[in-house]
Amino acid sequence: MANTYTLIASNTLSSSAASVTFSSIPSTYTDLVVKFSVRTTDNDTMLVGLNNVTTSFSSRVLEGNGASVASYSNSSSGRYIGYPIITTTSTFANGEIYIPSYTASQNKPFSAFTAAEANATTAYITAVADLWSNTNAINEVKFTTSTYSFVSGSSFWLYGIKNS
Amino acid sequence: MPATFDSIATTTLGSAASSITFSSIPGTYTDLRVVLVIPSVSGATDVIMQLNSDTGSNYSRTNLTGNGSSTASGQLTNQSSLRLSYGGPSTTLPNMTTVDFFSYSGSTNKTCLITTSDDANGSGFIMRAVGLWRSTSAISTIKLECNLANFNSGTTATLYGILKA
Repeated sequence: MANTYTLIASNTLSSSAASVTFSSIPSTYTDLVVKFSVRTTDNDTMLVGLNNVTTSFSSRVLEGNGASVASYSNSSSGRYIGYPIITTTSTFANGEIYIPSYTASQNKPFSAFTAAEANATTAYITAVADLWSNTNAINEVKFTTSTYSFVSGSSFWLYGIKNS
Repeated sequence: MPATFDSIATTTLGSAASSITFSSIPGTYTDLRVVLVIPSVSGATDVIMQLNSDTGSNYSRTNLTGNGSSTASGQLTNQSSLRLSYGGPSTTLPNMTTVDFFSYSGSTNKTCLITTSDDANGSGFIMRAVGLWRSTSAISTIKLECNLANFNSGTTATLYGILKA
């Protein structure tokens, strides 16, 4: 039986970068998964853009920081996938986004999960329900932060999953 | 490298239906993953799961949820099915659910991790939950069901098998 969970592309930064993009994603899979290990140059949120589009996103967030738990929503510009704020040297946050049926001609729900831990420094574990109200097949996934950059050593892995 | 993440079966509904069933699941994997993408449902409903056609009061769930403004944690005990939704999916917008079963063919009770992501651009919820089926039988059948309505056409459910070696 064929392996159905395949690494499409990866990127480990050799210097700080404001964004990481996977483009020309083939349409031959059913679902997409991106796993990442990141640190940002200062406290920042992590965002995603699809097909070089940053509109028609909304999200619903559940997060905890070890002392409190909160839920909030983001409106049509809320392409939010987490709050992986770690500024501690050599410490990275981890996470993944899962995009099912990325080629289907329907609006795209996807999920995100990020986890950061930095000993005594406040850090967040975040789960996000995202919706991209766009029916186009996804051929590009771009990660950015709100203000700062991903540091050198931040890594991203894009996988494709086939259901047949 | 051996294949360790296989698609066992997939169903995409060509017309509305109240349930999707995966049967004759082989016991040759270590873990199972179900990915369910629902474009919309026909009316107010929960999405539930039954294993091996067991309708006894053998299911329970502990959940952590958020609706965009408040958070909650709760339990469902001695249920006749495992509830995968929280508030129910939208009749107009899509949502997604994943369920991971660990050691599904072992001789202990079966636990699973449920993730349900349902943002409906102004409403909706997010849930992370642990489910328990108090049965020592290997899982051989998984039924996904709308208990009060139908999955609409285009609903896709896929069952993956994961090998540890």
